[in-house]
Amino acid sequence: MLTTTTADRRLYGPGRSVAPETVTGSQAIIRSLEELGVTDVFGIPGGTILPTYDPLMDSQQLNHILVRHEQGAGHAAEGYAMVTGKVGVCFATSGPGATNLVTALADAHMDSVPMVAITGQVNASVIGTDAFQEADIVGIATPITKHTFLVTDPDEIPRVMAEAFHIASSGRPGPVLVDITKSAQTAQTAFSWPPKIGLTGYKPVTRGHAKQVREAAKLIAAASKPVFYVGGGLIKAEAAEEFTALAEAVGAPVVNTLMARGAFPDSHRLNVGMPGMHGSVSAVAALQQADLLITLGARFDDRVTGQLDSFAPEAKVIHADIDPAEISKNRYADVPIVGSLKEIIPELKTAVEEAFTKLQRPDLGSWWQRLSRLVETYPLGWTAPEDGAIAPQKVIQKIGQASGPEAVYVAGVGQHQMWAAQFVGYERPRQWLNSGGLGTMGYSVPAAMGAAVGNPDRTVWAIDGDGCFQMTNQELATCAINNIPIKVAVINNSSLGMVRQWQTLFYESRYSNTDLNTALNPSGEEIVRIPDFVKLAEAYGCVGLRCERDEDIDAVIAQALEINDRPVVIDFVVSRDSMVWPMVPAGVSNSDIQVARNLTPDFDEED
Amino acid sequence: MQKRRTLSVLVEDVPGVLAKVAGLFARRAFNIHSLAVGPSEVHGLSRITVVVYADAELLEQITKQLNKLINVIKIIELEPGSSVQREHLLIKVRADASARLQVTQAVELFRAKIVDVSTDSLTVEATGAADKLDALLSVLEPFGVREIVRSGTLAISRGAKSMSEKVLAEKPIK
Repeated sequence: MLTTTTADRRLYGPGRSVAPETVTGSQAIIRSLEELGVTDVFGIPGGTILPTYDPLMDSQQLNHILVRHEQGAGHAAEGYAMVTGKVGVCFATSGPGATNLVTALADAHMDSVPMVAITGQVNASVIGTDAFQEADIVGIATPITKHTFLVTDPDEIPRVMAEAFHIASSGRPGPVLVDITKSAQTAQTAFSWPPKIGLTGYKPVTRGHAKQVREAAKLIAAASKPVFYVGGGLIKAEAAEEFTALAEAVGAPVVNTLMARGAFPDSHRLNVGMPGMHGSVSAVAALQQADLLITLGARFDDRVTGQLDSFAPEAKVIHADIDPAEISKNRYADVPIVGSLKEIIPELKTAVEEAFTKLQRPDLGSWWQRLSRLVETYPLGWTAPEDGAIAPQKVIQKIGQASGPEAVYVAGVGQHQMWAAQFVGYERPRQWLNSGGLGTMGYSVPAAMGAAVGNPDRTVWAIDGDGCFQMTNQELATCAINNIPIKVAVINNSSLGMVRQWQTLFYESRYSNTDLNTALNPSGEEIVRIPDFVKLAEAYGCVGLRCERDEDIDAVIAQALEINDRPVVIDFVVSRDSMVWPMVPAGVSNSDIQVARNLTPDFDEED
Repeated sequence: MQKRRTLSVLVEDVPGVLAKVAGLFARRAFNIHSLAVGPSEVHGLSRITVVVYADAELLEQITKQLNKLINVIKIIELEPGSSVQREHLLIKVRADASARLQVTQAVELFRAKIVDVSTDSLTVEATGAADKLDALLSVLEPFGVREIVRSGTLAISRGAKSMSEKVLAEKPIK
């Protein structure tokens, strides 16, 4: 039974107060955003949000960035939220403006990104008549958001805005859609702050149940093969530091998921790698062979567990998460702890230290011996492409080495994403952004733009694929015009690389519709560049560079790092035949992980 | 073990709340057997009674996912032994002069009521647990059923306690 203890009942924002004043609904929206402490908004105006764009023009506090497509606004809000920890905000008009946000909302929902989307809606009197640019965005967005609001009464605006930010940022974060009719925006209302907010049915639990924490400590003290399995929740909870202290106190190996890259330093001696479909052998083996999973802010996603029935077959499970619905959803939790990791982890550390004194400190020597052998025997790596082209992994590794952990790395989805997760060293939370749950191609450029707005002093790399890049590169215009100097590394293998990899492995190399002709024609013999990414970059007011030879990689990266007054796009033309390894094919047991094609590691070899 | 479970869900009475609850069942592939919604004893709160067929694990998942909906205030499972569960049935049955007496007797036997009469049909109203209404239906079917309207299950716990008692005494957000 999950027991509620304390709940998070603080209002978002700096907590100022404002005496009642008469304003329009639109002004109430802008004033609410100001009182909520918002400084940056991404969006595009249109018919039904137009009234709100007028007072926006006068706001001293709000910096609005005019994007080129609403999806870009949504991903930018996500990128902004992921690097700052604050709520990302975007605006769109009704109908197509709102539906263009859908992918970003779904993406934020899957990856628990705090975000508020404000959309205009047709006048209340014509809702339901199929009016011009009318879409039931509340209906559309409900299954892919944490919550949705439809506002028809201007008096509700301050309360709804405060509730939206509270919901988006507290508990398990997520996207909230606020759909406001044009009639509510143009009507008169009284604005005051703070509003009285209700949310009777919303009480996220933050404090872990003390008895469960003690139970967890007992299991840890009794385990001989424990492993920390940590997910993106650790970053959302701002609990990375607390976690490192816990991990060191226990001395157990740590695997951090795709969403948790950076939550625990790669360079730390306890880190045995990323688990999952393209995880390292040592991390996958650590989970498979463990007798205890200490799961913190992770959700037993199918890309981590592989075939669920054969996942970590001998392990008991401690599962701490802020979302009670994640507990025992996919894998039964022997010890469930619901609450914020920020509060649970220090308590667990104290409880573990007590248990170690009272019982005894388990000897993890042979467990470490086994895992250390796997870490040494099966490091991540790649083989040089047979076609003589650049190895994509090498490009990504060099970008990481040149820019270091203080930069931000934002990937698209596919092979380049996995290589970016594998070959860049992550040392700090919020250094790595990607679309993990939804797997949204096109995430990279707009999310990097948002990240650069949120972290203007950091170098921001979009590590993108040639397929992904063509889905959202229109935001290069936004970057160039607004002086957002992101660096885009297009890992150009002239194909939809991950799909092509699956076609190589599972469809007898029949390459159905995966050639993109962005570097080579389908036979691979003739150079075709449609589009030419260098010219495209220049057309958008960015610097376009191209790298086609191994020996030029360092110089091109150095050149890109020197340009800080404009966005830079580098077209890295790489081999089409490079594949992401290791790999656990979909639906197969993690124990059948392959380190290269048809090559399974030897888990049990004794030294 | 899959069995019939009755959930009582207290929700805020706001536009779209039913769509949110029903949509959640659809999206998570939970099967709704029946659903009934109406106002509760507290102004601004509605009460939804949902009947599902689920094992213990699925029921836990359904409950937790429902709890994540912001407008859902409280969920309880009502066990058959400690609650009163009723459905409402309206049925239009063929009953000409020759059959009318038999139909009337069957209706009396089930303590149902005749609420409308025409030359060759009767409309019968009945309230009861699902199995009682099923039995009534099977008795009336041979006469010829023209139309059936049946509500979802309504359920309330036995004893003095109220579902809405504690929920409104929460601390406000500041």
